[in-house]
Amino acid sequence: MKFVDEFRDPELAEHLLQRIKVLLNTAPLANRESVRVMEVCGGHTHTIFKYGLDRLLPSRLELIHGPGCPVCVLPRDAIDTAIEIALQPKVILASFGDALRVPGTRMSLLQARAAGADVRTVYSPMDALALAKQHPDHSVVFFAIGFETTIPATALTMLQAERENVENFTMLARHISIIPTLKALLDDPELENDGFIGPGHVSMVIGTEPYEFVAQAYGKPLVVSGFEPLDLLQSLQMVLEQLACGTSVIENQYARVVRKQGNAQAQQAISTLFEPRASDYWQGLGEVAGSGLQFRPEYSHFDAEQHFLCDASKPSDIVEQGCCDQVLKGALQPQACPLFGRVCTPSQPVSALMVSSEGACAARYLYRSGEHRDVG
Amino acid sequence: MCLGVPGKIIAIDNADLGTAWVEISGVRRSVSLACLLDETTEPESLIGQWTLVHVGFAMSVIDADEAQRTLQLLNEMKALEQEMDGHEIRG
Repeated sequence: MKFVDEFRDPELAEHLLQRIKVLLNTAPLANRESVRVMEVCGGHTHTIFKYGLDRLLPSRLELIHGPGCPVCVLPRDAIDTAIEIALQPKVILASFGDALRVPGTRMSLLQARAAGADVRTVYSPMDALALAKQHPDHSVVFFAIGFETTIPATALTMLQAERENVENFTMLARHISIIPTLKALLDDPELENDGFIGPGHVSMVIGTEPYEFVAQAYGKPLVVSGFEPLDLLQSLQMVLEQLACGTSVIENQYARVVRKQGNAQAQQAISTLFEPRASDYWQGLGEVAGSGLQFRPEYSHFDAEQHFLCDASKPSDIVEQGCCDQVLKGALQPQACPLFGRVCTPSQPVSALMVSSEGACAARYLYRSGEHRDVG
Repeated sequence: MCLGVPGKIIAIDNADLGTAWVEISGVRRSVSLACLLDETTEPESLIGQWTLVHVGFAMSVIDADEAQRTLQLLNEMKALEQEMDGHEIRG
């Protein structure tokens, strides 16, 4: 078994689709105009569009594309700070490729590179550490973004740098935690959903227990899902089975990868280096209490913002165009935004939802270009 | 961003750094085992296991039995449905 093709079997997919249709046509779901399920993770959004699951599923099952794309929620001032650092002499800024085209107030990191900044794309934070060792006369800054899936990797890389005494390596950290983000979303009166598809790879780090409040306090089912088409279809079926029975519990469809307690070593790495910040602003989400992370005081020497004395407090004076906040909360489908595909495209993104292939807008544009689906 | 890819742990790369060679879709890459190792787990014991790799780190050992259970459940549900369809046609 290679854990990929087995979970793409068309016959089993067809069977799951039939079961989903039966559930939607059985009381109590039969008399509902629509059933709305939010996939929290951008990776799931990508799978849905790549395999055309949205077109195979009954139209009464509405998929809402949630905020779980860390590139999409990056605020402009984070990009501005990264550029401010990258433009300084003898600095190499290392970033995941996903962040390069995210628009800042005036430009993106890609445009900053064209303007002379030394911006490198890396696959792993360990590659950024290797750059620091190769260039001892430069200051290497890793632009650390991502949810809990990615935070252990950056934390472990920093601890490795400490062990190896690499002094020219710091990090601009803009990590985001899933649980406060989910809480904020659930408290938003604009959110209208019946259940959640939970993020598989975030959950392999944090486990399934932190989601219990979603079922207990908000009465909504959540099924942690894998990323292959069968995983998603089975997870949707599991959410619908719960809605059909009127139950709300946390279930784990992705048991081959996700354990109930998560990954202890990864959790330890995160809490060694970071602590929650009071509040952070995210594109499309606004201020979310406890969602961002800051270095613990004993590791503040890793903080690029302190090292370069960035003015992080200056507010962005840009007036946001488009409907990104509505799309991120599932209040609006991407194609209903007046800018979609006209002013805002992957080559000229107005906002990050059109940059990352996990963003609801880019995924839809990439796999549905030229398609004009009737809305309603 | 949260993309994770299954790969098979082939050999230890650097025991001091806790890295191993992992084969992902036919390509070998050195990957950190830091998230899989604790006092009771020797790196060598992971050779031959499948793992989920994210940005150069092995994040979880893939449980083949659980994967099998998921597929078996789906196949059983399919068989049950076909059986019920058969009854409907006959009846």
